[in-house]
Amino acid sequence: MEKELRLMKGNEAVAEAAIRAGADGYFGYPITPQSEVLEYLMEAKPHERTGMVVLQAESEVAAINMVYGGAACGKRVMTSSSSPGISLKQEGISYIAGAELPCLVVNVVRGGPGLGTIQPSQSDYFQATKGGGHGDYHLIVLAPSSVQEMADFVDLAFELAFKYRNPVMMLSDGAIGQMMEKVWLSPQKERSKTVPEWATTGKPPTRERVIITSLDLDPMAQERFNQKLIAKYNEIREKEVRYEEFQCEDAEYLFVAYGTSARVCQKSIQLARAQGIKAGLLRPVTLFPFPVNRLNELADKVKMMISVEMSAGQMVEDVMLASNGKVPVYHYGRMGGMVPEPEEVTDFLKSKI
Amino acid sequence: MTEEILIAGFGGQGVLSMGKIMAYSAMMQDMEVSWMPSYGPEMRGGTANVIVIISDERISSPIIRHFDTGILLNQQSLDKFEDSIKPGGVLVYDGNGINRHPVRKDISIFRIDAAEEAGRMKSPKVNNMIVLGGFMKIKPIITLENVIKGLKKSLPERYHNLIPVNETALQRGMEIIREV
Amino acid sequence: MPQATGINDIIKPENLVYKRTEVMTPNILHYCPGCGHGTVHRILAEVIEEEGLQTEAIGVSPVGCSVLLYNYLDIDWQEAAHGRAPAVATAIKRLLPDKFVFTYQGDGDLAAIGTAETIHACNRGENIMIIFINNGIYGMTGGQMAPTTLPGMKSSTSPYGRDVKMMGNPVKMTDIVATLPGTFYVTRQSVHTPANVRKTKKAIRKAAQYQKLNKGTCFIEVVSNCPSGWKMTPVESNRWMEENMFPFYPLGDMKVPQESESQTTNK
Ligand code: SF4
Repeated sequence: MEKELRLMKGNEAVAEAAIRAGADGYFGYPITPQSEVLEYLMEAKPHERTGMVVLQAESEVAAINMVYGGAACGKRVMTSSSSPGISLKQEGISYIAGAELPCLVVNVVRGGPGLGTIQPSQSDYFQATKGGGHGDYHLIVLAPSSVQEMADFVDLAFELAFKYRNPVMMLSDGAIGQMMEKVWLSPQKERSKTVPEWATTGKPPTRERVIITSLDLDPMAQERFNQKLIAKYNEIREKEVRYEEFQCEDAEYLFVAYGTSARVCQKSIQLARAQGIKAGLLRPVTLFPFPVNRLNELADKVKMMISVEMSAGQMVEDVMLASNGKVPVYHYGRMGGMVPEPEEVTDFLKSKI
Repeated sequence: MTEEILIAGFGGQGVLSMGKIMAYSAMMQDMEVSWMPSYGPEMRGGTANVIVIISDERISSPIIRHFDTGILLNQQSLDKFEDSIKPGGVLVYDGNGINRHPVRKDISIFRIDAAEEAGRMKSPKVNNMIVLGGFMKIKPIITLENVIKGLKKSLPERYHNLIPVNETALQRGMEIIREV
Repeated sequence: MPQATGINDIIKPENLVYKRTEVMTPNILHYCPGCGHGTVHRILAEVIEEEGLQTEAIGVSPVGCSVLLYNYLDIDWQEAAHGRAPAVATAIKRLLPDKFVFTYQGDGDLAAIGTAETIHACNRGENIMIIFINNGIYGMTGGQMAPTTLPGMKSSTSPYGRDVKMMGNPVKMTDIVATLPGTFYVTRQSVHTPANVRKTKKAIRKAAQYQKLNKGTCFIEVVSNCPSGWKMTPVESNRWMEENMFPFYPLGDMKVPQESESQTTNK
């Protein structure tokens, strides 16, 4: 089957890609700027196309707990929201991580804190990559920088989620969610019929009962479980790092940016190079695991790194850790829903040389 | 070639859909496109605007503050965005209801009285197609053939009977646009 | 002289009057002596066995005294976050519509922190059974005031008695969900006498049968005791429950289907 070319919003692309990836369920609650995901799914009648369940929940809290229930049945389930709604989901996400359940959570980030703005932002980086809810856990975090990637990462997210029995977050932003671009959609996949052995499906006489829980009253046993999680996260760190490089071969100055900021930086690099400044970009595609080793290598080659983010400076801390003092690291950011102009990023670079 | 366009006006002027048809037509021509609307409460009844970028290269930032072409369809948009057009760029505006006309000397300014023309055609809904026709005349990037394809794609089947009047509107736009 | 009889001489099939149902695990219940939870667990397990539901049952356990319920019934379980069981059960039932899905929740779980999930699952008419244990107190955390604590009733966070002017009134959740179009069968029972145990078991059986027929939400409140939280002996607690809880939470059906709507069998 051929791929299909469409002009779509990022939010619509996520929804259509979910149907085509053979997702079993979506549970959501409206919030700007991601309501199109639920709207699209309701209109596209996935129940008729593939049997996928789509439900508008009474709150983000209910939606994430529906995801918990569905994931524990071994199903491919997901939710989407934007920053304030993702904060509400954190309890459920922690339980999902603690019960080692696979699922996809899409965050179309807007400016904060609080109700903030509805414009694009990257201020949920800490929340997404450092845990977010309570307890020692990590999500696998994918950062799309185009509508195409919002579609492609749905399938990738489910693959990783089931491979590691771990929740995956797609950390997008209002710009990528709301804009339309060309997108090549994969052909329809069948919904999976395999039932993982850890899933609750009703207990046949041939096996022990399955208990999905994150509770352990014995601290020694809980510590053993924490160690098991650490081992899993280390395996993910080793095997699942993804990033993209632009003009890094001869770069003397390196931008580090993801999502919308990474696109801004591509233009900034053009502007800088036109003025004889050799700039390059490393775009992390996975924010957890973070491309630590590659950044550490690049720190031996470049003179300076600048973390460009639509935030007050969050990822910059990881860039500093990765470069480990080898080169100066700066942060350039806009906040509150402002997107940096390529010119201002180039000017900032020039001011630091 | 990269063309960065801002379209702004009242919600009811078909600003977003004009941008969508532009983007769709360019995509049909194998170009890269992005369509970035302003969104949120300001959409409700107030002004709407959309940034459309058409390019034969991968598009970097979809949100920019300086444009090759500004299509500014009410006074509010004109006041807000006249200065956002790059020197040497193009401004298209509708004279309807405008009491402070554009003043820049370093750009080309075109006027298209689309609202008036749509009134004459007795179909106010084609306002945006008249403007689009005008744009196609001065910036021949997208072809009429692809715009019609785009219309077919974006209009539900039951409105396909409206395609001929839209085509007429596009042609009228090409005829009535004039440089100031 | 009669021979001393060993235990093995007594355990004979002809002497058997009561046996643990197979659906109960051999794990020892952690509940306080005289607590109603154990009884409800047992009759729930019996209904699951008698209706042949063990292979299709998926239970959702709450946060509260019955948090470890999954240790006692030999079926598949999901442990929900505090109050969220109806949302969890919603997804399970929608994704696996052929399974028998139920939640088991206390009053803090269902009527305080989980009010929204409870009302909306009932209002959507999710085809699940909700068992609601109401003992008017937070048992697990040590006897704090619950949404169902009676006016004037003492708890560790209402040490001078619940002052409704300051602390609000007790919530009659079962009355509320009975008004919602999505609920099919709503009843309030108890397990403090053998006769009441039989009635509650019958209610659970009906709910299980209605679920097979896709009838909507079945909601069973069990007004129960908490000897530890109430600081009484089991016998005192049952008497106190009859004298104080039942007048406020009267037992009986609140919403019963019309004869024609409910084709079930009685055992
Ligand atoms: S605290 Fe109360 S409800 Fe909990 S087990 Fe003890 S008696 Fe039962």
